[in-house]
Amino acid sequence: MMGRPTVITGVGVAAPTGVGAEAHWANLLDSKSGITRISRFDASGYHVQLAGEVHDFDASDHIPRRLVAETDHMTHLAFAATQEALDGAQLNSAEHSDLELSVVTANSSAGAAFGQRELEKLYSEGPGAVGAYMSIAWFYAATTGQLSIRHGLRGPCGVIATEQAGGLDALGHSRRALDKGARAVVVGGSDAALTPYGVVAQYANGNLTSCTDPGRAYLPFDRAASGYVAGEGGAMVIVEDTASATGRGAPILGELAGYAATFDPHPRTGRPSTLRRAAQLALDDAQLGADQIDVVFADGYGTSAMDTVEVETIAALFGRRAVPVTVPKTATGRLYAGGAALDVVTALLCMRDGLIPPSINITDPAFDDQLDLVIGAPRDAPVRTALVLARGYGGFNSAVVLRRPDSLHQ
Amino acid sequence: MSTQFSLTDLKSIMRRCTGADDAQDLDGDILNVRFRDLGYDSLAVLEIASNIQRAYKIAFPDEAIEQILTPADVLSFTNIAQAA
Repeated sequence: MMGRPTVITGVGVAAPTGVGAEAHWANLLDSKSGITRISRFDASGYHVQLAGEVHDFDASDHIPRRLVAETDHMTHLAFAATQEALDGAQLNSAEHSDLELSVVTANSSAGAAFGQRELEKLYSEGPGAVGAYMSIAWFYAATTGQLSIRHGLRGPCGVIATEQAGGLDALGHSRRALDKGARAVVVGGSDAALTPYGVVAQYANGNLTSCTDPGRAYLPFDRAASGYVAGEGGAMVIVEDTASATGRGAPILGELAGYAATFDPHPRTGRPSTLRRAAQLALDDAQLGADQIDVVFADGYGTSAMDTVEVETIAALFGRRAVPVTVPKTATGRLYAGGAALDVVTALLCMRDGLIPPSINITDPAFDDQLDLVIGAPRDAPVRTALVLARGYGGFNSAVVLRRPDSLHQ
Repeated sequence: MSTQFSLTDLKSIMRRCTGADDAQDLDGDILNVRFRDLGYDSLAVLEIASNIQRAYKIAFPDEAIEQILTPADVLSFTNIAQAA
């Protein structure tokens, strides 16, 4: 490990598979999908009809009503996940200097619901009708800012906008915050763009599926892959310096053993993806060989071209069918900045229980000779280490290596 | 516009435009309590002022927002604007 030893001491989830990490985990193991027809608005006239929505979520169960009115849904979801993560880490922010605590969040679509509502007021009632909180609620940095205010996190903070790689890049950035003097960092990502405006904006990359069957829509590494389903939500974790965490007797869920990010060359150059280099650099950072990795949480983009690149990367790094690979995103859709953050939480739970969650709905694997894809049911396996991969539109590649706590110092 | 804008009217707007507040008690005598101490930051005051101006079709002078510290200040600016 190039920097100081870093551990994760708390996790929180607000996702289509459940609000709360244990609810999410139980649903994943039961192959329950959070992908349904869009219920927030009448999507019948839209190219996209399905999404992973967070159901049974009332923001006022988690934060004061005043704050509900002042912030977007993406921030509500992050508030809920953050409180769960702080509670799990037994970290009471009031007991520490606020300059020793930091927050880093990733975001991709900003406050789509808040923004759309205020723009509707602008067009229908005029400029005087636009609320004052429009100025801060709908931009990328809103969640970091609001978490900082609510929990007293005034150490080195940050906001990451690297599309769907953001959840991992936020983790990488949290190590910099520790290097600058923070002792604990609230870190993760959330997105919530399931509004008419938000969904139409997502069309632009051309990679969303128009399939209307929730069980057949998002099938990464399957011959029937047709693109991805978008979802909302994400996850938050607490990252701490190992000595600081053990010093205060915090629960250690896993080590953040390695991280790296690369950026792809422009497609016009004809040069290949740099995903493999990101994965290799993360392994180097963790001082682990590929043969020491017990499971890969793949990005699983869901288009034939992107899936092919990832399969080639994994096969080149590990060998053919040499490591179990899974895509729990199949149960949630792709949560943008929240997606990889959620994968990190899922990987920690996978290591804890020795169970690899299945990639759901996949019936016709397209890369069976190269990829040992976990489908159908959870797989029992001792998991000491996990590699999490994430890619964002435009060329972002990121990789994180996690290690089980009892594997530390081996 | 002959009816005076009252503290009750202001409390109603405060509750409405910032969400039904479950953290702060507006029922007591808050006339001279600073908004900051009631849990309303500068953006919340801007939101309240904006709502009053729209609801009563009046305009506060530009410097009003900076000078409003308490509910009493809001009543003062509102009544001046209504009289104008």
